[in-house]
Amino acid sequence: MVFEKIDRILEEHEYKHSAVISIMQDVQGIENYLPEDTLRYISEKLELNLTRIFDIATFYKTFSLTPRGRHTIRVCSGTACHLGGAVKNLEQIQRTINIQEGETTDDRMFSLETVNCLGACALAPVMVIDEDYYDAVNPGKIEKILSPYRLEPEV
Amino acid sequence: MKQIKTISDLEDLRKSILKQRDPEKITIRMCLSTGCRAKKSIKVISALEDELNNQGFQGKVEIKRTGCHGFCEMGPIMVIEPANIFYRQVTSGDIADIVSETILKGNIVKRLLWKDAGTKEYTKTERELPLYKKQKKHLSYNSGKIDPTDIEDYIAADGYSALCKALSAMTPAEIVETVAASGLRGRGGGGFPTGLKWRICSTAPSDIKYIIANGDEGDPGAFMDRSLMEGDPHRIIEGMIIAAFAIGAGQGFLYVREEYPIAIEHLSLAIQKAKEYGLLGNNILGKGFDFNIAINKGAGAFVCGEETALIISIEGKSGTPRSRPPYPAFEGLWEKPTIINNVETLGNIPQIILKGADWYSNIGTSTSKGTKIFSLVGKVRNTGLVEVEMGMTLREIIFDIGGGIRKNRQFKAVQTGGPSGGCIPISKIDMPVDYDSLREAGAIMGSGGMIVMDETSCMVDIARYFLNFLLFESCGKCVPCREGLKQMHHILTNICEGNGEKGDIKALTELGHFMISTSLCGLGATAPNPVLSTLRYFHDEYVAHIYDKKCLAGVCKNLFEYMIDETLCNGCTLCKIRCPEKAISGEKKKPHRIDTAKCIKCGICYNSCKKQAVIVI
Repeated sequence: MVFEKIDRILEEHEYKHSAVISIMQDVQGIENYLPEDTLRYISEKLELNLTRIFDIATFYKTFSLTPRGRHTIRVCSGTACHLGGAVKNLEQIQRTINIQEGETTDDRMFSLETVNCLGACALAPVMVIDEDYYDAVNPGKIEKILSPYRLEPEV
Repeated sequence: MKQIKTISDLEDLRKSILKQRDPEKITIRMCLSTGCRAKKSIKVISALEDELNNQGFQGKVEIKRTGCHGFCEMGPIMVIEPANIFYRQVTSGDIADIVSETILKGNIVKRLLWKDAGTKEYTKTERELPLYKKQKKHLSYNSGKIDPTDIEDYIAADGYSALCKALSAMTPAEIVETVAASGLRGRGGGGFPTGLKWRICSTAPSDIKYIIANGDEGDPGAFMDRSLMEGDPHRIIEGMIIAAFAIGAGQGFLYVREEYPIAIEHLSLAIQKAKEYGLLGNNILGKGFDFNIAINKGAGAFVCGEETALIISIEGKSGTPRSRPPYPAFEGLWEKPTIINNVETLGNIPQIILKGADWYSNIGTSTSKGTKIFSLVGKVRNTGLVEVEMGMTLREIIFDIGGGIRKNRQFKAVQTGGPSGGCIPISKIDMPVDYDSLREAGAIMGSGGMIVMDETSCMVDIARYFLNFLLFESCGKCVPCREGLKQMHHILTNICEGNGEKGDIKALTELGHFMISTSLCGLGATAPNPVLSTLRYFHDEYVAHIYDKKCLAGVCKNLFEYMIDETLCNGCTLCKIRCPEKAISGEKKKPHRIDTAKCIKCGICYNSCKKQAVIVI
């Protein structure tokens, strides 16, 4: 099933080696991370050395080699957000869900990431959960922001 | 759809679009850019549509979904034309009043007007807002006015006229010389003269050439490129086509950050529409010129803003810079002559072609021409994007346009140029903002981020912040950058954690100068700037951290304590209720106390206190 989807993506990009980054971005869209089997499959189909695929997968921040949670929390750590207290917000999230940056909770509910800048600096400090933006965040708001996601029924 | 083949085709189309429009018709402009969207502007629009339909206004009132107005903090923003009424922070709950009062009767809904926090006065129209008054909106003129997904809206606003002029009345060499004479310099960071870059590339011998638009806006704190790509994508496409014609390129690439999905969506649509209208593709405007544009999504690597790294990334590899020369203008993408311009640079091209080099070079200072968009953010009252003439002073930008510092605190510094830039102190507040003055002051123009800091900002922490950022973004190829950053970061971390030692300042300075002179690319060569500029202007703060073990800005955790000023505390209990560690004690209406042994310095009490009784010692 997954490999069929990968084939379709490869065809869309005409198996071009120069498009390998775009291919990997699209493939990551399937499972929200890049499993080892997937990387090997891409390497085989493109006839491109696995080391190059792995190099790209580890060089660019967008790629993840480990599974992510149902909800991805991204805390913006751009300059305006940093000045506005992004670190204190991040620490409060870490205390609340008990994981560090780059980790996923044991129940696979949340993954926690930081992002260089979301370009929403006038709303600093900003955090994004999946597609939802939260502006002017402070540590006191964290629990209130996170709790509705915990209650969401599983799809 | 009839394809545009000649200038008169374009003129005819423009006339027919304008003829169908009624300037007196009520038009509601709603911003759908990232900022306003984050504040639920989509929900507001659908409520507005429902209400207008219910009240029988179908077809009588036009709703225009626009790009960024620049005043993102006040989103969602709504402007009602032709009266130019400016409403801010509009929610779905306000729609009934807007329709029944403003649309139906022409009355103002006062609570939605912008109010000056200082003078308490209301501003009725968009053009009277202090944030906009001193601006010169040339480049960002369309953003917030036109629908970026509608090519005809761009054409109606004189769009693609410059392309017609360039292709039908100018030779490639004339275009290059016009851009050179305009004095336009690169808006991405370096400030290299754009015309010169084009001239070099246009004379490089090769049948195949490329043009790349750099929309990989990586500087944290800068978002003008995002706003431009989202709000006026055709302007960038038009600039690219003209540039391609001038240097003889047949293929263009738009490299856009993955973090900007709306920009990617709008640019993709703009490319598709431009093709349909005959403005991209084969035989553009019947002049025998072929040109296509592809979009590349960046994958989250700051170093890919550097031109050689960006080229390697487009080639499908991990983006590590290479040494120059050869410069990309001679040997770039797939070893062919390539020009790389920032999207803001390219956005300037249509107006230069249309209005001429003289018009453009009359704006700005002797060495920095034109206008520049800055993202004015941080501890300033009015935050957002501002486009001003080069040479305006920092004071005018921060105090006149930005309205000064929030919460009546003191201005401490402004950081420009992102991780390659520097911090400018109060003593330089009257300096003009242009490429050369900023460089002299130890900062750079960069892409135009302007982050204002007050007394709650720690300058040592800011220096460490940028080094930490670059430490993760350094590609690791050259030793000075990889190891230099690591060592400098190590020293700064020690200082911030209270383990600073004698000799640290000297070591930071030496390492900094060493990195500047020996790094492979611009990332490493400018990385020490935030450290060196804060050392230059805020030396005392470093001394306080190293020797007195104090961070009076209340940022470096080991170097301060929170305390309640008992003369200011009115015992409202808010801090006590909110403290997650139960570290605050006190009875209602009596001064409270913080148990410093329990305090984790999360800052919740500091932010909650309405009397500002929580202080840093």
